[in-house]
Amino acid sequence: MSQIPISHILFVSTALFFIGMYGFFTRRNMITMLMSVELILNSVNINFVAFNKYLFPQKMEGLFFALFIITIAAAEAAVAIAIIINLYRSHRSVDIEDADEMKY
Amino acid sequence: MNNYEYSIYIPLLPLLSFLIIGLFGKKFPGRLAGILGTLVLLAVTLFSMYVAYEYFFVNGKQGGIYQHLVPYKFNWLAFSPGLSIDMGITLDAISAMMLVVVSLVSLMVHVFSLDYMKGEPRFSVYYSFLSLFTFSMLGLVVASNIFQIYIFWELVGISSYLLIGFYYEKPSAVAAAKKAFIVTRFADLGFLIGILMLAFYAGSLDFETIMKVLRDGSSPQSIAITSASFLGFSALTWALVLVFAGGAGKSAMFPLHIWLPDAMEGPTPVSALIHAATMVVAGVYLVARLFPLFSFNNAALEVVTFIGTLSALLAAFIACTQTDIKRVLAYSTMSQIGYMMFALGVSGYGGEHGLGYTASLFHLFTHAFFKSLLFLCAGAVIHFVHSNDMKDMGRLAKWMPLTHLCFLIACLSIAGVPPFSGFFSKEEILSAAYEHHKFVYVVGVLTAGLTSFYMFRLYFSVFWNKPDKVYDHHAHTGWMMKFALVFLAGFTGVSGFVPFSTFISSDGVPFATANKWMQSLLPVALAITGIATAYFLYFRESSTPEKIAQSFGGIYRTIYRKFYIDELYLFVTRKIIFNGFGRPAAWIDKHVVDGAMNGVAKLTARFSNLIKGFQSGQLQTYVMYFFAGVAGLTLLIIYLWK
Repeated sequence: MSQIPISHILFVSTALFFIGMYGFFTRRNMITMLMSVELILNSVNINFVAFNKYLFPQKMEGLFFALFIITIAAAEAAVAIAIIINLYRSHRSVDIEDADEMKY
Repeated sequence: MNNYEYSIYIPLLPLLSFLIIGLFGKKFPGRLAGILGTLVLLAVTLFSMYVAYEYFFVNGKQGGIYQHLVPYKFNWLAFSPGLSIDMGITLDAISAMMLVVVSLVSLMVHVFSLDYMKGEPRFSVYYSFLSLFTFSMLGLVVASNIFQIYIFWELVGISSYLLIGFYYEKPSAVAAAKKAFIVTRFADLGFLIGILMLAFYAGSLDFETIMKVLRDGSSPQSIAITSASFLGFSALTWALVLVFAGGAGKSAMFPLHIWLPDAMEGPTPVSALIHAATMVVAGVYLVARLFPLFSFNNAALEVVTFIGTLSALLAAFIACTQTDIKRVLAYSTMSQIGYMMFALGVSGYGGEHGLGYTASLFHLFTHAFFKSLLFLCAGAVIHFVHSNDMKDMGRLAKWMPLTHLCFLIACLSIAGVPPFSGFFSKEEILSAAYEHHKFVYVVGVLTAGLTSFYMFRLYFSVFWNKPDKVYDHHAHTGWMMKFALVFLAGFTGVSGFVPFSTFISSDGVPFATANKWMQSLLPVALAITGIATAYFLYFRESSTPEKIAQSFGGIYRTIYRKFYIDELYLFVTRKIIFNGFGRPAAWIDKHVVDGAMNGVAKLTARFSNLIKGFQSGQLQTYVMYFFAGVAGLTLLIIYLWK
C-alpha cells in the first residue's frame, strides 16, 4: 500500500485553515466565529500530526502537541462561550457588530 | 563653673509658644493666647537677664578680657571636614547685651499689645507671629555661625512680612509687606554672596574661625582673599561690602530704606518691636559681629561710614516734613541707625580707638528703649485718636497726661538732652567721629540739631497746639499699656548711666571713657535750638510753618516727596526692568516656548484625528488588519530575508 503523499494532507489542512479564516471574517454570529476558530486550530493539529508522521516517525512530540492543542481549544471554547453568554445578557444579541463600543 | 546650659531655652521657649499659640490659639478663650505668650517671654527675659548678669559680672571675663563662649553647638550640615553649617549659641559681650534688649523690648510689646490688640479677631495669630519673631531675633543674636545668622535673618524677615501685612484686608498693608520683603530679600542676595565669598576663602562658616584665619595677615587664606581683586577692590572688600548690603537692607540704610516708612502699616506695637528696636538694628549687629574683619579693611569701613552718614542726614530732612506720626518716627529710626552705622565706620580696633564701636552699640542699646517707647506712645495716641495723622491730633497733653510725660522723656532722650540716655550715647558717637573723621562729625552734629527739631515738632503738634480740641470717641488707655510705657520710660531715664565701655569694646578689653564736657556743649546747644525752634513754630496753632514751607518751594516739595527715591525705584522697576526685560521675556515665554509646546500638541491632535478611524470597534476589522499584517510579514520574510 503506497503512502498518501504529504502534500495531500497539507492541502487539506490549508483548505481547512482558510475555510476557518473565511468564516471568521464573514460570519456575524459569534458562535459561528468560535466554530471557525476551532477549524483553524484543527488545521494546525493536522499539520502537527502529519509532519510528525512524515518527518520524524520515531518521535512523538507532534502528537503530544496536537493533544495539548485539543485540550487548550476545549478550555478556550469554554471561556469564549462564557464571554458570549455575558455579552448576550448585556446586549440581547450575539451579533459581533452590536458589540462595537470600544471604538475611538 | 557655669556653662550656661540654660541659655538654650532662650530661643527655644518662644519657638514653643509660637507652635502652641499658632496651632491651638484659635481655641483659647479671651486673651489667654496673649497672656501665655507674655508669660513665656517673661521667662525668656529672666533667663536673658541671668545670662547677661553671669556673663558680665561673674565669669565672662578672663584675664581682663571678655571671652567668646560657645555653650552649645551641634553640627547641622557638614559639607567637608572644615566647612559645615552649625547651629549653636554664642555668648560674648554684644550677644549678651542684645539678648537683654531684644527680650525686654519684646516683653514690653507683648504686655502693651494685651490692651492694644484687645478685641482683634486674629488676636492669637498676632501673638503667635510675635513669638515667631522673638524666636528668630534671639536665634539671630546668638548665632555662632555666619550661615545660622543668615537663616535667622530670613526668619526675622518673614515674621516682619507677616506682621506688616497683619491687616491684610487693607491693600496698602499688603503692598507694604510685599515691598518690605522684596527690598530686604534683594539686599539679602548681596549678603548671601558675601557669606559665600568669606566661606570660600576662609574655608569655614564659623565666626571665630573666619576671624582668626582672615585677620592673621600671614595665613594663606588671608593672602588669597586680599590679593584676589575685582574692579580694583580686593575680594575681602567685596565680601564685606556685600555683607554690609544685606545689613543695610535690613537696617533701612539709603538706598534700601524705602520699605521702612511703608512698614508702618503694621500694628503700632509691631513697629515698636521690629521696626524700631530690634530687627532694624540687625544690620548694625551684623557689622559689629564681623567688626574684627571690617576694622581690618578701610575701604569697607568707608562704605559703612558714607552710607550711615548719608542715611542719617537724609532721613532727618525727610522726617521734618512728614505729617504721619509713625512715618516721622520711622524716618527718625532710619536716621538713628545711620548714626550707629557711621559710628562703626569711624571706629578703630582695640581699646580707645574702638570708641566708635562701643558708642554704636551703646546707641543701639539706648535707642531700643527710647524708640520703642516713642512708638508705644504713638500707639497709645493712635488708639486714642483713631488716626495716624498729626493734623488730627493736638492738645493731647490734657487728655493723656501719662503718655504725654513718657513721650516727652523719650523726645528729650532722642534729642540728646542730658541727663537722658540718648545724650550719653550720642555724645560718645560724636566724640568718636570727632577723633576720626571731621566731616562726619559736622554732619552728625547737624543731624542732632535736626533730630531735636523734628521730634519736638511732633511732640508739640501732638500734645499741644490746637487749644480747644475735643475728643469724643476716644478709647481708654489700658493699664497694661500704661505699665509698658512707664517701664520703658524708666529705662530710658537710667540706661544712659550704664558704664557701657566697661562691658562692650571692640576687642573685649574694657576701657573707661572720659567725658569731654566741652565737646558736648555744641550738640546740646543745637538740640536746645531745635527744641526752641519747634516751640515757636508748633506750640500754638499758626500758619508760620506753612509759610516757611512755601518759601522753600521746590526744595520743600522734594524733601516732602522723600527726594523722589520711591519714584526713582518705580521708574527703574516699571519702566526699565518691566519694559526692558520683563515684557520681552514674557513675550518669548508666551510665543516661543509656549508656541513650540502648543504646536507639538496641535500637530499630534491633527495626526491622531487622521488615523483614529482605524479604531472602529469592529472586531472583524481588527482581525483583517492583523491578518494583513501577518501575511505581509510572511511575504517579507520569505522574499526579502533569505
